[in-house]
Amino acid sequence: MSYCRQEGKDRIIFVTKEDHDTPSNAELIADDPNDPYEEQGLILPNGDINWNCPCLGGMASGPCGSQFKEAFSCFHYSKEEVKGSECIDNFRNMQECMQRYPELYPQEEDKESSSQGESSSGSDSAAPSDNSALISESDSTPAAASSDSTSPTDSQIAS
Amino acid sequence: MLKCRTVWKKLAPLARSSSTLCRQNVKRTGLNNGRIPTCVPAANMSTGPGGLGGDNLKYTIMVGAACVGSLTYAYFLLKGDQKRYQERIEEITTRSQRSSKEEAATVQSEPPAVEATQTEAVPESVPEAAPSPEEPSPPAAPAEEPAAPAEAAAPSETTAPPPADEPVVEAPPEEAATPVAAPVVEEEPAAAAETPTAEPPEPQPEVVAESAADSTPASLKVPSHSPYLLIGGGTASFAAARSIRARDPGARVLIVTDEPDLPYMRPPLSKELWFSDDPSVTETLRFKQWNGKERSIYFQPPSFYINSEELASAENGGVAVLTGKKVVHMDVRGNKVKLDDDTEISYDKCLIATGGVPRNLQVIERAGEEVMKKTTLFRKIEDFKSLDNVSRNAKSITIIGGGFLGSELACALGRRSTESGLEVIQMFPEKGNMGKVLPEYLSNWTTEKVKREGVKVIAEALVKSVTCKDDKLEIHLKDGRLVKTDHIVAAVGLEPNVDLAKSAGLEVDSDFGGYRVNAELQARSNIWVAGDAACFYDIRLGRRRVEHHDHAVVSGRLAGENMTGASKPYWHQSMFWSDLGPDVGYEAIGIVDSSLPTVGVFAKATAKDTPKAATEKSGTGIRSESETEDTATSPVASVTPLPPVAHKDDYGKGVIFYLRDKVVVGIILWNVFNRMPIARKIIKDGEEHADLNEVAKLFNIHED
Repeated sequence: MSYCRQEGKDRIIFVTKEDHDTPSNAELIADDPNDPYEEQGLILPNGDINWNCPCLGGMASGPCGSQFKEAFSCFHYSKEEVKGSECIDNFRNMQECMQRYPELYPQEEDKESSSQGESSSGSDSAAPSDNSALISESDSTPAAASSDSTSPTDSQIAS
Repeated sequence: MLKCRTVWKKLAPLARSSSTLCRQNVKRTGLNNGRIPTCVPAANMSTGPGGLGGDNLKYTIMVGAACVGSLTYAYFLLKGDQKRYQERIEEITTRSQRSSKEEAATVQSEPPAVEATQTEAVPESVPEAAPSPEEPSPPAAPAEEPAAPAEAAAPSETTAPPPADEPVVEAPPEEAATPVAAPVVEEEPAAAAETPTAEPPEPQPEVVAESAADSTPASLKVPSHSPYLLIGGGTASFAAARSIRARDPGARVLIVTDEPDLPYMRPPLSKELWFSDDPSVTETLRFKQWNGKERSIYFQPPSFYINSEELASAENGGVAVLTGKKVVHMDVRGNKVKLDDDTEISYDKCLIATGGVPRNLQVIERAGEEVMKKTTLFRKIEDFKSLDNVSRNAKSITIIGGGFLGSELACALGRRSTESGLEVIQMFPEKGNMGKVLPEYLSNWTTEKVKREGVKVIAEALVKSVTCKDDKLEIHLKDGRLVKTDHIVAAVGLEPNVDLAKSAGLEVDSDFGGYRVNAELQARSNIWVAGDAACFYDIRLGRRRVEHHDHAVVSGRLAGENMTGASKPYWHQSMFWSDLGPDVGYEAIGIVDSSLPTVGVFAKATAKDTPKAATEKSGTGIRSESETEDTATSPVASVTPLPPVAHKDDYGKGVIFYLRDKVVVGIILWNVFNRMPIARKIIKDGEEHADLNEVAKLFNIHED
């Protein structure tokens, strides 16, 4: 049974697991996936890559940023059967560049870029660790409770 | 011959001193011994009836040339010295001591000296003689002596590491040039062959700059223009730099900071770094994250950045950091700033991310030098190092301030106290820890937890005065209590740095402090402000100024986006978090002010509900990965476990809603992790909810 108390202006409610078993009837406003204000994930609504995605960490902004962008763009737009097969040169350039900065891009593994830039090297590399330093929650926002409704209800509710 | 003799007699003392100095050098002994003895007999022989004839003549010519050359050099050197001395005095009076700048000045004055010596006289003594006269100038000597022998003859002098250069040239203005002249003369010819050809004045700063650049990321040469100029080298600035580079390919970004360090993150300075087992942590500044991986507090290693001289020419642009330089004046009409060394940098777009300076208590400032020496205002790396040092030596430390920083430091030091017997006291005017953030019941509960970490908490304490007696500090409180301690840490807030407001003509907010900017973080046409210093308009929550790490990241990133043409307002709500020991950890978002009415929904807690347990159990979904920062909760957990609770008043875990006009404007997730997106959504909606218990259900607080 839940138990409620009031201490001045503050209200305290204790609830048991059973109390919270029933689904919530609180209403949340549906999110507009095309909201220009919202933080975007890795891929923008128009299909482009969001180079500023925190999930990429410093890959697109570091000394090898331009090589990374070329390689990853090529991969992203590749329509070959084996996706990215024509991008070998770009990836090689990127790898060569990264080898020049072993501190920033530790060379334990092959640096093939996957769809999630930062998950490419699983070991202690600068990208994921610094990525998580600057990562805000935007990459988990797409997973937030929001339906895929396209209703443009981005209206500002008067507060 | 007679003339030669008289000249020689004049220079005899010099020759003698130089020869003594030469003998000190092991390497050149052979040459010396070969040379010096012959000089003396030469004087005698020159008056002889004919002597050795040809050989003698050859020798006389060489010695004569050497003497003439040395005299010429001495003359020029004296003149140059006087000039340099005057310049130096002027420089010193107009700016603060920074040896890196002196190098540029002093080394540039080297070429005149180098060019003055056109002599081909064979060196009598050795290049290493030059360092020796600097023994009178203590700071120079130790660095120079070991450096010099290693360099031997050649281009050593001017391409030597700047610290070596500096003493060489610093010495002359300080002492009479004569003793220096002869040895330096000998040194010059050795270097002369290569230096005049290799180093005419212009490339000179570059040469030095290159060697300087190798040793430190800071460089001497300040670029005159940078398309993107970021003032301040903290979290917001770095986030903006990254954002700009991501969006504008090949962007050239210049960060100017008055700290000596590259951009780093602050939260570990009051949390993880204190829990590290590594005794050299103050040097390495590495900490362990939640997943066991180590990382440095620096966002990127030095190799990420490029040198400021290369900024203009780098093919793909880059980020350059100019450390140790302060922007003192901003000319908005001319789109340029002036540094404290009078150099100017023009820009196309500018970000002000100057952060702030820790506030101090007036009573401490008035208390005098002795008390100030025993007080730490905690913010930077050097403060962390000094406090770490103090905590190992002092018997008692008092923290004044009961907010985030004060409480975190108290817990960190409290943990140390269990090993070392250090007494940790925390005092603040509120009734409990985090009294301005948490509702009273929770603040009291938190205070109990802090006490369990080994901290002596003195609540409702207003400091009346502080005195220093018998090398101990005495803090007199307004209610009469007296606290004796060795060291004080003042964590009483942050004063935003708005020094540039006057010269730039920027508005300063009177309610919150900081530069007033619009919802898109813009102050004026080409000027944005982000981080602690920005008082911005939050579309949802109104005008505010936020001093948290995630806000610095979010606002920095947003400013970077807007500087590259995005025009987005502040929309993604930043969050913050705190851990007070292994039992109490919370994440929060929005306006979390204890003066607002709150509704707290708590689960009946079990022992599983602690940050420690949360990090150990969950895999990738640790809050630190989905949120901004990796936080290592204490790896060393030697605390009493939470008793399995059925007690009504135990606030193990739950959600607290802060309301303003019945709308939720702030949420605290109390020992509940990985639910921040839901909280963010609720605040973004800005709805009036009739029953907050229903809203609380969305968080599934009973689950892990």
